[in-house]
Amino acid sequence: MLMALAACSGSDIPEHTLVLENHKFTPDQIDIPHGQKVKIKVENRDDAYEEFDSDSLGREKVIPGKSSGVVVIGPLETGKYPFMGEYHHETAQGLVVVQ
Amino acid sequence: MLGTALIVFREIFEASLIVSIVAAATRGLSSRLRWIGGGILAGILGAMLVAGFADVIANFASGVGQEIFNASVLFAAAGMITWHVLWMSSHGKAMAKDLGSVSAAVKSGARPPSALLFVVAIAILREGSEIVLFMYGLAAGGSSMTTLIAGSALGLIAGIAAGTALYFGLLRIPPGKMFSATNWLLILVAAGMASQGAHFLIQADLIPALGSQLWNTSALVANGSMAGQTLHALIGYDARPTGMQILFFIVVVAGIGLTMSLQRKSALPKKTSGSPKAVTSPQPG
Repeated sequence: MLMALAACSGSDIPEHTLVLENHKFTPDQIDIPHGQKVKIKVENRDDAYEEFDSDSLGREKVIPGKSSGVVVIGPLETGKYPFMGEYHHETAQGLVVVQ
Repeated sequence: MLGTALIVFREIFEASLIVSIVAAATRGLSSRLRWIGGGILAGILGAMLVAGFADVIANFASGVGQEIFNASVLFAAAGMITWHVLWMSSHGKAMAKDLGSVSAAVKSGARPPSALLFVVAIAILREGSEIVLFMYGLAAGGSSMTTLIAGSALGLIAGIAAGTALYFGLLRIPPGKMFSATNWLLILVAAGMASQGAHFLIQADLIPALGSQLWNTSALVANGSMAGQTLHALIGYDARPTGMQILFFIVVVAGIGLTMSLQRKSALPKKTSGSPKAVTSPQPG
């Protein structure tokens, strides 16, 4: 509701936060509506650098340790868009689901 | 170890392709080894510098400093290639016949290869800084040094081998066609860089996407595949391009193409001194 309100106010686009800890994303899935721009804030709580990387979303961004970065995605068509932390892709995996 | 090798390879690969195109495009220029070597060295130093200031860059401009930085260096590189290509094409008549005369022109003052030094440096700086950050993370995370060094050496060798293969492939182009072939290749690289730069600005939400996905060819050539990465380096290929990326690409190709044809027209009347045939034949305008 708050997000919808923020979108209505026109001041900003809806924002989702992804926390990266122990090279894992929490939550590991983000549900967003189709046809809408969305901001994803990646909060890296690890010491190591990570690269938020998604071929399907077409996004690549280095997030330094103990800091956060914002990636804007969309508007997207319905579907599943996997993303990963490239530097620790064994564990750092997640999914954007567009409905 | 293979994981490390793969990531290093992925980063090196695109830079390696750019360097080999520059090397092929400057064939016949006597000073090119110095220029390219200098570009590689500057790129490596730049990569370490960028990695060292990664935090500062990332936090600059309320979190989109990295996108602005990437877009800026890509636009700068595209500009340098454009300058080089136009210079080459305006001096092209003499060159196509005799590669040696380019060397003379370069020696005599107006030197274009310095622009390409910058392009080599930027290609290496961009990909290299990501390798440094990745390795730094692995080393800090307690990965074994041997694994790290062996893995990255493997990736490095494979990446350079790919670029070398392209270079020797380009050398097989007949010398007469070499100039226009590498020039067009460079124009596509410049247009691709400009469209990648636009992509970064869209990621930062600084410019409109003009259609967030014009088409989707990821089933055909995925962005992460070898073919996808090769095309990404050569023409800025994106399986799901935005309208803005396509626009940037077209504007650069059309802009350079148009300028080249204008150069050719304005060069026509001056051609008389070259061949005796030109004196007798009627010249337009």
